[in-house]
Amino acid sequence: MAIWLNKDSKVIVQGMTGATGMKHTKLMLGDGTEVVGGVNPRKAGQTVDFDGTEVPVFGTVKEAIEKTGANVSVIFVPEKFTKDAVIEAIDAEIPLAVVITEGIAVHDSANFWAYAGKKGNKTRIIGPNCPGIITPGQSNVGIIPGDITKPGRIGLVSKSGTLTYQMMYELRDIGFSTAVGIGGDPIIGTTHIDALAAFQADPDTDLIVMIGEIGGDAEERAAAFIKENVTKPVVGYVAGFTAPEGKTMGHAGAIVSGSSGTAQAKKEALEAAGVKVGKTPTETAKLAREILGG
Amino acid sequence: MDLFEYQARDLFAKHDVPVLAGEVIDTPEAARAATERLGGKSVVKAQVKVGGRGKAGGVKLAATADEAVARATDILGMDIKGHTVHKVMIAETAPEILEEYYVSFLLDRANRTFLSIASVEGGMEIEEVAATRPDAVAKIAIDAIDGVDEAKAREIVEAAKFPAEVADRVVNVLVTLWDTFIKSDALLVEVNPLAKVASGDVIALDGKVSLDDNAEFRHDWDELHDKAAANPLEAAAKEKNLNYVKLDGEVGIIGNGAGLVMSTLDVVAYAGENHGGVKPANFLDIGGGASAQVMANGLEIILGDPDVKSVFVNVFGGITACDEVANGIVQALQLLEDRGENVSKPLVVRLDGNNAELGRQILTDANHPLVQRVDTMDGAADKAAELAHAAK
Repeated sequence: MAIWLNKDSKVIVQGMTGATGMKHTKLMLGDGTEVVGGVNPRKAGQTVDFDGTEVPVFGTVKEAIEKTGANVSVIFVPEKFTKDAVIEAIDAEIPLAVVITEGIAVHDSANFWAYAGKKGNKTRIIGPNCPGIITPGQSNVGIIPGDITKPGRIGLVSKSGTLTYQMMYELRDIGFSTAVGIGGDPIIGTTHIDALAAFQADPDTDLIVMIGEIGGDAEERAAAFIKENVTKPVVGYVAGFTAPEGKTMGHAGAIVSGSSGTAQAKKEALEAAGVKVGKTPTETAKLAREILGG
Repeated sequence: MDLFEYQARDLFAKHDVPVLAGEVIDTPEAARAATERLGGKSVVKAQVKVGGRGKAGGVKLAATADEAVARATDILGMDIKGHTVHKVMIAETAPEILEEYYVSFLLDRANRTFLSIASVEGGMEIEEVAATRPDAVAKIAIDAIDGVDEAKAREIVEAAKFPAEVADRVVNVLVTLWDTFIKSDALLVEVNPLAKVASGDVIALDGKVSLDDNAEFRHDWDELHDKAAANPLEAAAKEKNLNYVKLDGEVGIIGNGAGLVMSTLDVVAYAGENHGGVKPANFLDIGGGASAQVMANGLEIILGDPDVKSVFVNVFGGITACDEVANGIVQALQLLEDRGENVSKPLVVRLDGNNAELGRQILTDANHPLVQRVDTMDGAADKAAELAHAAK
């Protein structure tokens, strides 16, 4: 069953005809994703050939949905235009919008998040600045390498892209139900808590791996949620123990301000909620392996 | 990007937030003319991006232009909590202050919206007020689309229990401050203290502003960048569009992806505990692609850091498979040697992910004398720490 994405998901790509969009549309198709269209008002009516698969380009998200029955949009448009692209997806009431674009101004994210709320939150937003979501063997939406793991029974939620890949690879013999990268920006659509709730409800997921990093208090809130609501085993990892205060570590949201947002506080909160927290990614994978093996 | 007080003052003034006159100078002699323009007396204020400058002697009254020059001489070059004072603001002296308040707008990550914080107990750190007198601090969520109009501002004023006689003026400050926040793509605009003075006016006496670097594309912020404070290695990395942060250890770090690099720093620090306490020397994320050119640029910055004793290249091959990354590393070293760079520090390389075997084979075949291959992240971190300790 997996969460949010499966073999029946029909995917459109906003920004498909740009260089990044082209590259990743090809890869997504290669992983078996049902990409049914692209969106670009200036190229509406054209089709793009991806190794023999003809993908039509539509003028708007609304039109793409009407013509194809799409229920997922993945957004690769440049950061200056991302807000408008997300708002278009929200207006079209697409159930899932995955925003890959990085470097979005936080006022823009705040704006489209508020807009989604005013429209009744009919669109689940993942990202921005995230690697996307993959249900191995079924569908892959975004930029996660499709061939580093296989289908299985671990659910993974992570702020970081490469740590997602690292963990998927370390546990590739066990495999994953769904892996979702939620992004490391200060404002994101889908949170650790959303993913934890979905994995808890998913009969195909036996164990959840949760990867966090410095900044904000999302991990602390996730810990409180786990304590109350999650009965499946959760294994955690937090990056950024050695990050100095006041310096942004790559992700816009990855910053320790004063005593808030530290890795230590996050680790302690997770452990207090019964989550086993690994010291390194490898040790974290080992903890997951022990739980599933025993 | 955090602004200096004088930059915040200028920004407030531009958006009609009431402020006192002031100008920034960087030589003591310039204090004379600036003070004369203010009518012969001034406040000389150190411009540093750290709190507590008043206690450190960084804010002085000058009753005459001569005195302003003397105070500026004292303050320029002063060290305040590790920050050297390169500029001072010559500000208008405040009229008699009757009360000090606090107002701010900021990003509220947890609630994914904006937040207003207001208090009639200003003049000290708001965290301190919140800790000792939580009921004196009002926090009001602001909808990112609806923003702050007069009615919303009045709601904040009432929640924070501002005295009736200043209510209208504080409402005006809040509306203009919100305008500053939105139009400047700010993450924080803070006025502390917001002073009620003898004339009844309400004036922003000091302010903090932090801007969102991601929004720079729609602003002209060239003049706001603090070139003097940037670490030379960080400045060089920025020129090359590299995501680099200088740290104080000995093991140079290159990796792909912010999370993996942060994790690499931690793993190296743990490994360092067994090797004389060596630590990571930097954060450097060369991004998912990890091309030869970008790898070369990254290596050049790291090898140019005299503190670096060994380098740990930690790459996970995803879309860009490990064989491409391995070729990138070999080409990068060649590129640096061709440029005449001094490549003499040991490199520990860990490649994992897609085509890991192929990538490792490429490194083995290249047989570069400085490159050692270790195939696990923890093992490679240990080797890099060991080499850094041996070279110390």
